[in-house]
Amino acid sequence: MPALMPVASILLLLALWQGAALSIGGRLLPGPLVVAEALLREAESGALFHHMGVTLLRVLAAFALAMSIGVGLGLPMGRSPFIDRLFGPWLVFFLNLPALVVIVLAYVWFGLTEAAAIGAVAVNKIPNTVVLVRAGARAIDEGLIDMARVYRLSPADRLRHVLLPQLTPTIAAAARSGLALIWKIVLVVELLGRSDGVGFQINLLFQTFDVAGILAYTIAFVAVVQLLEYGVLQPVERHCQRWRRMPAEA
Amino acid sequence: MRGLTLSAAAGEVVALVGPSGCGKTTALGIVAGLDHDFDGMVEVGPRQDGGPARLGYVFQEPRLLPWRTVRQNLALVLPRAQRRGPAVDAMLDALELSPFADRFPTQLSLGMARRVALARAFLVEPDLLLMDEPFVSLDEPTALRLRTLLSQLLDRRPATVLLVTHNLREALALADRLLLLAPSPGRVVAEVPVTVPRAARDDATVEALRRDLLSRPEPAFRLLA
Repeated sequence: MPALMPVASILLLLALWQGAALSIGGRLLPGPLVVAEALLREAESGALFHHMGVTLLRVLAAFALAMSIGVGLGLPMGRSPFIDRLFGPWLVFFLNLPALVVIVLAYVWFGLTEAAAIGAVAVNKIPNTVVLVRAGARAIDEGLIDMARVYRLSPADRLRHVLLPQLTPTIAAAARSGLALIWKIVLVVELLGRSDGVGFQINLLFQTFDVAGILAYTIAFVAVVQLLEYGVLQPVERHCQRWRRMPAEA
Repeated sequence: MRGLTLSAAAGEVVALVGPSGCGKTTALGIVAGLDHDFDGMVEVGPRQDGGPARLGYVFQEPRLLPWRTVRQNLALVLPRAQRRGPAVDAMLDALELSPFADRFPTQLSLGMARRVALARAFLVEPDLLLMDEPFVSLDEPTALRLRTLLSQLLDRRPATVLLVTHNLREALALADRLLLLAPSPGRVVAEVPVTVPRAARDDATVEALRRDLLSRPEPAFRLLA
């Protein structure tokens, strides 16, 4: 029975949607079937896959950039009070910087380019990753650091075997919230300054008030992001945490 | 700590014995180069081949990486080129750890985890081996088994050892020389050489040595009681 709950939950949502569509009606709120038709139409023409693919690539590029820079800054800030005091105020500034400002300025300064688009998205996510990773790095077990120093582990070994494994839960949390945030900002970036991608497409559909099309793209992309979460992020995290679940010695 | 002076000859096993709070662990941290907040000097002689001395450290807690298996924990302290070599397996064998090689430390009992920490320390072929209460909070049979393993390892491959302990029997069973420490300020108050060869120290001998120490009239020995 508990296994069926998610299905029941989604059916309930679809029913409510259908009910609302029937009472409001028309082009403003098309029902699930109309949206499914729009989805099929876009899929058949190939437009859906083209735009989703482009957007997905941007999401992945911005995600990789934001995570590596976020960890690269957060780890030293958590380990060194000096670096933390040096860059702490910058962090406060960037945390409070509105996404839209970053995007607009990136386009103004670097032109309507792919690099400006991806960079702007990454800049929006980096401060959040830094905060999470910094907190994780502060909680690192000093005993293991001492062990690494006594046995003269190389900096690369320390990072790979001592530091990063302790940060896995933090990095996983940052990755999860990062994916959710980044794909939303990518759409805005596309709407403002790219000529393809889901965001661009939604802008076109908006101009023709094609709500069914907008919902079709939305649902398709939410599904893909969920697939990434369950198909990639969670298995990777489980693999990194497998030592926690080992049964105790019999 | 004030005016704490101690020295150990190459291959000598020196036990630092004293109540908690007399700076035994701090002294080890200073020797290991982990603690720089002190006035004084630490001098570790070079190896025979002229290279810097290699250090092994058995901490009070095993300090194994919980996300790496026993074998990986051991291999990590070796230079990259030797990690897949026979040294790790030989050490696992020597300490009867082979059946546990692919377990994670969370799956080991404390005694087993301490045994892995001991294996790791010997794997680097240390010139100087620092041990901080390596057998504390183990039941007596397990502690005894580990002490025997340690003296076998030392017979096979001698190292200069600084052993911190509050257990007089343990010190008398393993060390060539005991330094008795007193607290506030932490300092050495007495020095006791143990002349009986390590291999000949059975329970009765250790007990006799212990009684002899406890019966000495100087105030330094009263701290032991």
